[in-house]
Amino acid sequence: MDRNRRVSVEEVKHIAELAHIKLTEEEETLFTEQFNRILDYFSKISEVNTEGVPLTYHVLDLINVYREDEVQESLGEEEPLKNAPKREDRFFKAPRIV
Amino acid sequence: MKTGGIEEKRALSKLYELTAIEISEKIRNQEISTEEYLYSILERIGQVEKKVHAFVTVVDEKALEKAREIDRKVRKGEKLGCLAGVAVAVKDNICTRNIRTTCSSRMLENFVPPYDATVIERLKAADAIILGKTNMDEFAMGTTTETSYFGTTHNPWDLRKVPGGSSGGSAAAVISEEATVALGSDTGGSIRCPASYCSNVGLKPTYGLVSRYGLISYANSLEQIGPLTRTVRDCALLLSVISGHDDRDSTSVNLAQKDYLSFLQDDIKKLKIGLPKEFFEEGVEEDAKGPVFEAADKFEDLGASCHEVSLPMMSYALAAYYIIAMSEASSNLARYDGLRYGYREENDEGDFDTVFSRNRRIGFGAEVRRRIILGTYALSAGYFEQYYMKALKIRTLIRRDFERVFKNVDVIIGPTMPVLPFDIGERIDDPLKLYMCDILTVPANLTGYPAISVPCGFRNGLPVGLQIIGKPFEEGTLLRVAYTFERNTDYHKYRPSL
Repeated sequence: MDRNRRVSVEEVKHIAELAHIKLTEEEETLFTEQFNRILDYFSKISEVNTEGVPLTYHVLDLINVYREDEVQESLGEEEPLKNAPKREDRFFKAPRIV
Repeated sequence: MKTGGIEEKRALSKLYELTAIEISEKIRNQEISTEEYLYSILERIGQVEKKVHAFVTVVDEKALEKAREIDRKVRKGEKLGCLAGVAVAVKDNICTRNIRTTCSSRMLENFVPPYDATVIERLKAADAIILGKTNMDEFAMGTTTETSYFGTTHNPWDLRKVPGGSSGGSAAAVISEEATVALGSDTGGSIRCPASYCSNVGLKPTYGLVSRYGLISYANSLEQIGPLTRTVRDCALLLSVISGHDDRDSTSVNLAQKDYLSFLQDDIKKLKIGLPKEFFEEGVEEDAKGPVFEAADKFEDLGASCHEVSLPMMSYALAAYYIIAMSEASSNLARYDGLRYGYREENDEGDFDTVFSRNRRIGFGAEVRRRIILGTYALSAGYFEQYYMKALKIRTLIRRDFERVFKNVDVIIGPTMPVLPFDIGERIDDPLKLYMCDILTVPANLTGYPAISVPCGFRNGLPVGLQIIGKPFEEGTLLRVAYTFERNTDYHKYRPSL
């Protein structure tokens, strides 16, 4: 049965790590089961012949949009820090990096 | 200006029933004060909100302050905007300066934006009143409003049923007359679905017509902000206010500002209507189809012609939609780490990887985590071509289907939802079964085409929505068709008894 599975528990754990989301053991099992059913449904798109079909990232025919690089009023020092869960003086306080 | 006495009170309590057009006219003509209207709305919220739970936040003090400001303007004879005094409920994923904006997520439970979304600036410039922020599926990921961190919203027509989602709070607030009009956002049907389930008029504009600046992004190539109202006129009025070019959204299209009210004529003679057979196939309940066929007959009586058309790629639309939406979500939601804003655990033990992963585990609910992880998977090496690239190619094929069909018809119609409102809790444990509910709404997001849901009947006391899809940037035609239908039917006049 495991051979027919599209993703294993180990793979789900690995992808969750890449996505910076810790899962509980229970969730790892539940998500794996749900993902297999969802991916099974998604895989129906492989039936379609898409040879030579361009990609639609975006429905508008826009390429790049430019504007003048003009200086505008900014939020100042205090406002951007207002929502910070942890801060010190004028800085966001980050967890340990190294 | 608060007057006592039973008579006045009875007269006052009716103000919450009026439309935005009526309210702003009465305020402009000084028939009523903005303040007494707002008291009527707040009183209504006091009566029914406990049952419906449409709001995450109600800003009554701020709203009253604004109401008095508008009354001062009226007395001084100053020029008033076209939404003068109208109380607007705003979905809680649209940033409002100094009013917390949560996305119905624990992650943003205490987030207070330092700026307004463009649509909010425009509402304020039109003298509207921001009444509060409405409940939604967490980060707009859902079809029922059940994934909200703050608890589900109840369908005003039957409190045991879901109101639809993800803009369920906005739709429920408007039909229970807790707000005069509302804004929602629609990524895969999130305006049209609750409009159908709560009996509102709900419009997803053409991609690019309304600025997304300040809309907290879930899937940026698919989503648009749009109105939820009780009448097509109010929908047209609100769209006229919020649409238009914005420098701060690079996908905002530079078109001339339109007055959508000018398109509202009771006339659809010679209009060509397509009925895609894929909208009436297996999986679509009889109760959802019946009222739509009746609507088609009505359109023919009114001088339009109906034609069967086909969108063969529709059967792949849902899979392509979810792959694209989840992939974009995994990227858009990468910014939430609890550093600059958002949920952060007191415990900072471990390196930043560990800390961020813990914040995101607790800050995000199950459905958000599911979509981020699946999106990350679809974008990862080895699966990128099989899922993401393939979905983008399917998207092109669906667009081609639409372009071909719209060469011969002006609009297409079908049910908005394949099933009527179901019980709260009925589907929430089966993600795939819930995703299936979006099968008729996602094509408009994949193609960018504008689509509206209007009330078209009731089955077992529950509302049914008619979906009308139009050509890009032809919201005028869409609104004219919806308006003609409304003028010749009574479904929009019903209200739930609460």
